[in-house]
Amino acid sequence: MNVEQGPDTGYRIPDTGHSSPRPDSPELAERAHYWRSAYVHIPFCARRCPYCDFAVVAADEAGGSDTQRYVDALVAEIGMESDSSELHAINFGGGTPTRLHPDALAQIIGALDTQFSIEDDAEISIEANPEDWTPALADDLRRIGFNRVSFGIQSFDPVVLEALGRVHSPRDALEAFTAARAADFTTVSIDLIYGTPAETDESWHATVERAIGLGPDHLSAYALTVEGGTVLSRAVRGGAPEPDPDEQADRYEYLDQVAQSAGLIRYEVSNWARPGHACRYNLSTWMMGEFSAFGTGAHDSRNGVRARNIRRLDAYLKHVEAGTRPRSGSERLGEFESERERFMVGLRLAAGVLPGVIGSPFIMSDEGRRLTDAGVIAVRNGRVVVLRPLLTDLVARSVLSVSPGDC
Amino acid sequence: MTAPSRIRNFSIIAHIDHGKSTLADRLLERTGAISERDMREQVLDEMDLERERGITIKANAVRIDYEASSGEKYQFNLIDTPGHVDFSYEVSRSLEACEGAVLVVDASQGVEAQTLANAYMAIEEGLEIIPVVNKIDLPAADPDRAAAELAGVLGGTADEVIRVSAKTGVGIDELLEAIVDRLPPPEGDEDAALRALVFDSFYDTYRGVVSHVRVVDGSIATRQPIRFMATDLDVDADELGIRRPSTEAVQRLGTGEVGYLITGVKEIDLIRVGDTVTHATNGSFEALPGYQEPKPMVFSGLFPTDGDDFERLREALDKLRLNDSSLVFQAETSRALGFGFRVGFLGLLHMEIVRERLEREYDLELVATAPSVAYRANLTSGQQIPVRSPQDLPDVSSLDSIEEPFVKVMIITPSEFIGTVMELVQQRRGEMGEMTYLSPERAELHYRIPLAEIVFDFFDQLKTRTRGYASLDYEPDDYQESDLVRVNILLNGLPVDAFSTIVHREKAYTYGKAMVERLRELIPRQLFDVPIQAAIGTRIISRETIKARRKDVTAKCYGGDITRKRKLLERQKAGKRRMKMVGQVEVPQEAFVAALKLET
Repeated sequence: MNVEQGPDTGYRIPDTGHSSPRPDSPELAERAHYWRSAYVHIPFCARRCPYCDFAVVAADEAGGSDTQRYVDALVAEIGMESDSSELHAINFGGGTPTRLHPDALAQIIGALDTQFSIEDDAEISIEANPEDWTPALADDLRRIGFNRVSFGIQSFDPVVLEALGRVHSPRDALEAFTAARAADFTTVSIDLIYGTPAETDESWHATVERAIGLGPDHLSAYALTVEGGTVLSRAVRGGAPEPDPDEQADRYEYLDQVAQSAGLIRYEVSNWARPGHACRYNLSTWMMGEFSAFGTGAHDSRNGVRARNIRRLDAYLKHVEAGTRPRSGSERLGEFESERERFMVGLRLAAGVLPGVIGSPFIMSDEGRRLTDAGVIAVRNGRVVVLRPLLTDLVARSVLSVSPGDC
Repeated sequence: MTAPSRIRNFSIIAHIDHGKSTLADRLLERTGAISERDMREQVLDEMDLERERGITIKANAVRIDYEASSGEKYQFNLIDTPGHVDFSYEVSRSLEACEGAVLVVDASQGVEAQTLANAYMAIEEGLEIIPVVNKIDLPAADPDRAAAELAGVLGGTADEVIRVSAKTGVGIDELLEAIVDRLPPPEGDEDAALRALVFDSFYDTYRGVVSHVRVVDGSIATRQPIRFMATDLDVDADELGIRRPSTEAVQRLGTGEVGYLITGVKEIDLIRVGDTVTHATNGSFEALPGYQEPKPMVFSGLFPTDGDDFERLREALDKLRLNDSSLVFQAETSRALGFGFRVGFLGLLHMEIVRERLEREYDLELVATAPSVAYRANLTSGQQIPVRSPQDLPDVSSLDSIEEPFVKVMIITPSEFIGTVMELVQQRRGEMGEMTYLSPERAELHYRIPLAEIVFDFFDQLKTRTRGYASLDYEPDDYQESDLVRVNILLNGLPVDAFSTIVHREKAYTYGKAMVERLRELIPRQLFDVPIQAAIGTRIISRETIKARRKDVTAKCYGGDITRKRKLLERQKAGKRRMKMVGQVEVPQEAFVAALKLET
């Protein structure tokens, strides 16, 4: 890593000389601002999970089986990009990226390399479901360049898995993890979901112990959230039990304690990692780094413009095949709005956020003082840090009280 | 000027919603005072609020020219009156300017408490009454029953009752003729010195104080020097005029006539309603009997949400008072709510209207505390002090006793609900008085009840429990000693003055329990556990805890999601209920009126 000079802030990124900085270190976070990354969305899934509100096409839905047409469109879309900066991180998300054949994935990575060129030690990450994972697939993915995988394990309790509409077994999860390790992925990550109404304290504790016991390099844990327009939200409206926020808080705190004592350091509200294994792609987007995004419903952020792609598969394909970028909208943020976003998203990081123009008026405001007195926020090493990550949104809403006139 | 024999001055009195304003509209239209094209619903109700709520708040006088079937021309002065108990003092004022009244009853509803109260008022004033049954076009109308009830109340026969439909116009001609034939002309002395009664007064930004007057004796002409007898104020009659309902200046108002008077006076306090106007020189020495000043019955604290709005609130109240002399207020400070005013109202509707006008016309955001009545505290020192807010109540050690105001309540209800009504009144510490049957189906019940028991939700309860059939009217009675205590509410260990209330000792526990439970629902979870306690003195009678908020964060935040997430947080922030900081606790505005909605 070279020493870089930040042109706009003048902030000098120190070169620590370590190859494995702590994931929650402020230096790492500040460095991440200068990383350039790309996101590729693969919408295909075997079926729709009841809680999922992403741009997804199930196999039995229109266009759900014509994956090659989509891959060609992706390659074409990548070729429409005007930028060609070197990529430091690439993330394949979905949907289920492994619904594509490794050759197709290789074709997309090739297109990215042609357009941008990919750094030698770039993080190339893929999301995968345990039931799709085989040693052969692991080897193929390694061979075409993937070095990070995150498994949607969600739980080790079959009852919870069924409630979540997941079809893999705890055994599938175990085998997938072992296969990824054998294939020598640099980072193997586990995704968990907590607070499903079917879950009990005991089942969660068992899930946490089994997950941590596998020795993952990285862990993401998300509270089950009822998103509008999902099967889950319809069920809740129909009287099905809703996730309980206090129970979710219990689950979170339990996990955090077990994870941290196993050497997984929390670096964002819902993410833990061993030193050297923080997700570069996510970290850079949280730090307002620039990223390109391709595929249905993908959002990117470049030169102060946030743009989003068409979500519907057929419309996306039509646009790309007609030779136009499949945009559904874009937005140039004002100076204060982008500063607000930087600050509010930065609050999610354990490293905290540099105060900028908003930090001081916020800390000095009535709400800022109250939050400080209550031990929710603090100023540490010149950064504003949320000490109680579960209250991050409450803090973020308080930040909204700061207006440009206060700065 | 019109000869007194050709003048008829009358009011229309009716229960709310029995169609008084529509009937007035129809009379104006039929006599050509207003063309059909200009007709809007309820022409006489000027304030937006009046039209929205369909009620009349301020009295209004309109002149109508009428050519009777005999060919003779008459001058009618229709003096409109408010229809709600809170404003009954304005009714009595208007009645004093009249010789007759048209008493309107809804053909489907029959006689209501309000009708009776106003009818009795009119009879006491010696007014001739024309009973009218309105809305005979309605499918549910029972004109015969309503007419029989009216006749029973007034001591006449059902034949004398005129049946109309203000909506379709049926019976309006008959009513107009009856006004000529049955109502007496004014009786004043045309040659005597001027005596005119000020029966209403309001403030106009451009004209200053505008008074409605009824000339009793003599006459008044523009530019004449006149005297307001009570305030000994000598001024010139700058302008005289009438409303048709559009304003029309006149040179002179003669004996028996009604019109407005503008003097250029800007201070409303100088021209009191009930005062007598005479000539400045050679005037009368004998003032007309005036009115009793209405006394506020209910008090509530009004506090601006934004403390910086205190001065604006004061200005707004000053302005409202210009047209509403019954509004009284004094500055008050609350530990919880900061600077504000304790405002006295004639009743709950009056309170609601004032609050709404302040928020709507003056763009103020207000927190209103639960209303309280005017108690009196007898101290051990023998002194008596007024208690208009629970905070005024002195410490138990220096307190000998507390007196509370009682009212006489009249309720008219279908007979099948008598038991229900009795039960409700007993829960509210009411003492049963006499009961009479208006007809086999309907009864008139009299009670004596503490005012505090009816100011909250008594009327709503009465309506709910009698499926909307019962009606209510009340008038102030005397004060009486009661076993009252102040229940304090402690939030996070500290008493919140805005939540404390004076209640009867027997109800203190139920009240305290209901109040803390309600507050626990209304106050959102905070950063720490917040105990809510109800206490009498230092004795805690009830307790609830608002558990600390533990989780307020979205699980996932993707790069692509960031703007969406910011916007979501902005929406949540904007949608957040208005909060007031009480110590370290964020309290929503609704909490301060929680007591209003308590079922105890």
